[in-house]
Amino acid sequence: MSFLKSFLLLLCLLTGFSGAALSQEDLESLRPLVNALAEGKFKETEKQVADLAATGNPAVAPLLEALGNGDLQFRKSDKAVFITRSAGKGYQLIDPLTLEPAGDASRSEVSKIKVNNGLRRSIRAALGSLTLMAKDPAVRLSAAEAVFKAKDPDAIEALDAAIAKESDNDVRLVMEQARAAAVLNSTRGDADKLEAIGVLASMGNRDALSLLTGFAASAEGEQKAAADKAITRINKSLALWGNAQNIWYGVSLGSVLLLAAIGLAITFGVMGVINMAHGEMVMIGAYVTFVVQEMIRSSAPWLFDYSLLIALPLAFVISGGIGMAIERGVIRWLYGRPLETLLATWGISLMLQQAVRSIFGPTNQEVGNPSWTSGAFELGQLTITYNRMWIIVFSLLVFAGLMLVLKKTPFGLFTRAVTQNRRMAASMGIRTPWIDALTFGLGSGIAGIAGVALSQIDNVSPNLGQGYIIDSFMVVVFGGVGNLWGTLVGAMTLGVVNKFLEPYAGAVLGKILVLVFIILFIQKRPRGLFALKGRAVEA
Amino acid sequence: MMTSFLFRTLDARAGIFIGLMLAAVVLVPALNLLVPEGSTFHVPTYAVTLMGKYLTYALLALSVDLVWGYCGILSLGHGAFFALGGYAMGMYLMRQIGTRGVYGDPVLPDFMVFLNWKELPWYWYGFDMFPFAALMVLLAPGILAFVFGWFAFRSRVTGVYLSIITQALTYALLLAFFRNDMGFGGNNGLTDFKDIFGFDIQAGTTRAGLFAASGLALVVCFLICRAVTRSKLGKVLVAVRDAESRTRFLGYRVEHYKLFVWTLSAMMAGIAGALYVPQVGIINPGEFAPANSIEVVIWVAVGGRGTLVGAVLGAILVNFSKTWFTAALPEIWLFALGGLFVVVTLFLPKGLLGLMDKGWSAVRRRPAKDTAAHRAEPQPAE
Amino acid sequence: MTRQTSLLYLDGVSVSFDGFKALNDLSLVIAPGEMRAIIGPNGAGKTTMMDVITGKTKPDSGEVYFNGVVDLTGEDEASIAELGIGRKFQKPTVFESHTVWDNLELALKAPRGPFATLFHIISGAEKSRIEELLTLIRLSDKRDELAANLSHGQKQWLEIGMLLAQDPKLLLVDEPAAGMTDAETMETAELLKDIARTHSVVVVEHDMHFIRALGVKVTCLAEGSVLAEGSLDHVSANERVVEVYLGR
Repeated sequence: MSFLKSFLLLLCLLTGFSGAALSQEDLESLRPLVNALAEGKFKETEKQVADLAATGNPAVAPLLEALGNGDLQFRKSDKAVFITRSAGKGYQLIDPLTLEPAGDASRSEVSKIKVNNGLRRSIRAALGSLTLMAKDPAVRLSAAEAVFKAKDPDAIEALDAAIAKESDNDVRLVMEQARAAAVLNSTRGDADKLEAIGVLASMGNRDALSLLTGFAASAEGEQKAAADKAITRINKSLALWGNAQNIWYGVSLGSVLLLAAIGLAITFGVMGVINMAHGEMVMIGAYVTFVVQEMIRSSAPWLFDYSLLIALPLAFVISGGIGMAIERGVIRWLYGRPLETLLATWGISLMLQQAVRSIFGPTNQEVGNPSWTSGAFELGQLTITYNRMWIIVFSLLVFAGLMLVLKKTPFGLFTRAVTQNRRMAASMGIRTPWIDALTFGLGSGIAGIAGVALSQIDNVSPNLGQGYIIDSFMVVVFGGVGNLWGTLVGAMTLGVVNKFLEPYAGAVLGKILVLVFIILFIQKRPRGLFALKGRAVEA
Repeated sequence: MMTSFLFRTLDARAGIFIGLMLAAVVLVPALNLLVPEGSTFHVPTYAVTLMGKYLTYALLALSVDLVWGYCGILSLGHGAFFALGGYAMGMYLMRQIGTRGVYGDPVLPDFMVFLNWKELPWYWYGFDMFPFAALMVLLAPGILAFVFGWFAFRSRVTGVYLSIITQALTYALLLAFFRNDMGFGGNNGLTDFKDIFGFDIQAGTTRAGLFAASGLALVVCFLICRAVTRSKLGKVLVAVRDAESRTRFLGYRVEHYKLFVWTLSAMMAGIAGALYVPQVGIINPGEFAPANSIEVVIWVAVGGRGTLVGAVLGAILVNFSKTWFTAALPEIWLFALGGLFVVVTLFLPKGLLGLMDKGWSAVRRRPAKDTAAHRAEPQPAE
Repeated sequence: MTRQTSLLYLDGVSVSFDGFKALNDLSLVIAPGEMRAIIGPNGAGKTTMMDVITGKTKPDSGEVYFNGVVDLTGEDEASIAELGIGRKFQKPTVFESHTVWDNLELALKAPRGPFATLFHIISGAEKSRIEELLTLIRLSDKRDELAANLSHGQKQWLEIGMLLAQDPKLLLVDEPAAGMTDAETMETAELLKDIARTHSVVVVEHDMHFIRALGVKVTCLAEGSVLAEGSLDHVSANERVVEVYLGR
């Protein structure tokens, strides 16, 4: 019975949907056929059902369903037909075509349209042909899916007929799967069931698995063996998809790590300056996004979808500017003393956090997602959300852009010259202090635009940066200092490893394991995955 | 032998320091317990506890100075050793509660009953006995430091790299101790202590006793640090700090020296944590926060690294300011602390003690011979 | 000479850094009691060779034996130093925040373990040995001065003093005369000749006057392997040496 209920509900939904497309006249033209049900005997009713079905109009499905359930009654006074629902002592009347409420009636005012088993069969066949053979492929698909869920053996014949006529491959596949589910639930013989198991096995998802598991529990002999084999096969394919999902999540986490770490890879990796305020540069970028969105909301709401694009250059300039100020004001006095640099920049990070806390308050700020970053799409058995996907794309773009700047521009050439041999660069006329400041500004600016991206997936609060600083250092150290490719590989590796550990160890323990792993890894390769070698390293 | 080892190298400054500490150990409890309330000389109990807390911080700072000031190992994870010592003490205090907990379970601490645990985890065994707990106060941080150091120093992880992985270490422990499954009270940690050695933990006399114990521990650890740094081993440590690979070519196994002083320092931090917990009445995972460990480093830097006395001075001064600021101007405190980091590293590389030395030598009109002072000038990166 | 009778024996040693061959099939044998001068252009592999001998760099291939039997490739810096190989660096490295006296005390041959040094109390014999060395390197009146305050030449000498305090069997001396005046250079040469009477010494130097003053067998390295070997005159006459190093 629960099948019928859900089927009815579904049909209501579907017809409600397609009903909108049907004009009022179309519906009313059906009215005489419907009201004819109030007259006559079984024989006539059967013909009337066939007539209704012959219209091919999905709007008649709910009333046929109601008829099969014995919920279709007519008002004695005017012989008008209604779907009825028990309400208190009487009935609530529902118009069978528009499905709108049509008042109440006491029990004595209406009379049930009688059906017997023979008639029920014809109703089901009619319904099957109505929905499974409806014109709209979406209706057929939904009908097939409903049968799959219900595993109703009675639907097999209707399905067979539908499959024979089906022209859409996707829909036919679902129908065959629905048929297989129904067959498993029926009393048919070995051959049919084995075939059904085969169909379900190739379906390969969780629904098929639970169906087969339920079946295997009560099956015997050859059927059980086949079902068990199918279960193993599905488990294997599910594990494969599970891995794909872990990789996806891992790459997604890796791209976040990459964004957070890539600026650090410049300041720490290329310049050798350890900037503990790096996380705060990210945080400032996120706050820039917040401010930009606030201004857009209050003065130009139509720009909201472009808010991130506007925030990007602003975040780059503001974070970069603050970074340059820090370099000129503090860090340049501490070159060659990394431990002191570490402490001084930590102090700066405390001050920046407190400044943001004083201005914006300690609570999380609401940063919205533009429409193009919300939503998701399906890929096989993966659900891919747009904002994660954009962050991956964005992080790779930032990485590529940075590579380009460092390898192909004069500024990049100067930077590399200064980091390799400061004195030589200076004597060739490169203004090394400016290169230092600009390089540091570049690293900080990139942290700022990372903040714009991270504002989309993380809480924007004064503590935002603190959450990333240790992870970022781990990525840079793991990947190998002074090597941007190492940072990319390091970020992705750590992201994926983290996500693979999570199912076994839980999120927190997974993270701890990754930290322990890195600590051990640094023992083995103190200079990271892609280490520079040679005499220069020790100097 | 041992006494001569401890006392053979005392100079005037160390003598003054020890004298002051011992005077405080006697005077503060006396002024608290013997002088009637209302008298101008009475020291209220909350002040005794506060000062006792400062002394445990001073001991923590001392342990950081031993590794950073003398051996060049900048630890950003000493808070972990402090907290481990604190947890060992906290576990003893939890077991002392007995049936007086909210749930009245004679064996299980309240949080375990709350989590529906049926029996005590194995690693809680023995903590009802103080000698065992005291041993663990030393061994828990000591063993962690030994294992960590053995790996890190053997593979020659130095400088900033080492600092970062010490930070990762304490961060990992922070995450771990937040978990309820660890059996250390999760988020809330261990608290609601009742008594210590049978004395009420809230009583004024107990508080005074804990203060005195903290002061004495500080003096003893100071003497040990002093003896270590003034021995030939101490000279090797400084040699490692200044020119690690040169020391190796002289035939010293640098990793053994580092491991020795690192483990010793971790144990001292553990003692500090153990004395801290009964005075503040709680230990929770927050003590593992990386920010705490970095703050310790700035105490040492403020006082003057590599001086021992400076570490104690810095810890007390900074924490006194913190108490004052967070009460009077809470908004300003992080600016002040952050500013302190910047100012000290830029302008006071030798800390307050260095400044005092400079002042004295200026008064005596003797040109400062110490070239380390000019090393503090900004140098271009090489 | 065979490996067994040699003091230091390098055979077919190669080291490369990221594709750059710093040492290329280098073979070198030092006899007990010998003093050898090594010359060669920048990048010839002189310092890398020292790194390999003292355990700082592990060779990719080849054999390094000390005393004919000890395989140095399996040892680290500390144990190689304990075996009796002392090294003076190109850039003088002394412990700047220690006094001259402490620098020598640290270098003095004594047990090197942490617990030995923790309870170490300096003996009369050690004191007199340090006094002796102070006289030898002419720093007696600077004994309480911080090493940081010494002049460049004095640091070089202090480092040689530390090398002697270690009492090694073999001294590796990298450019001892760099940054010295002519007079200091000659004095240093005399000092090294003195030392060579009781120790084996390998000296790397660019200063031809210095090499000539030493008057010992010379090996010229280039591009990571031996170019020529023999007396200074013999080596200077070699066409290739003139071409890559001495210049015409």
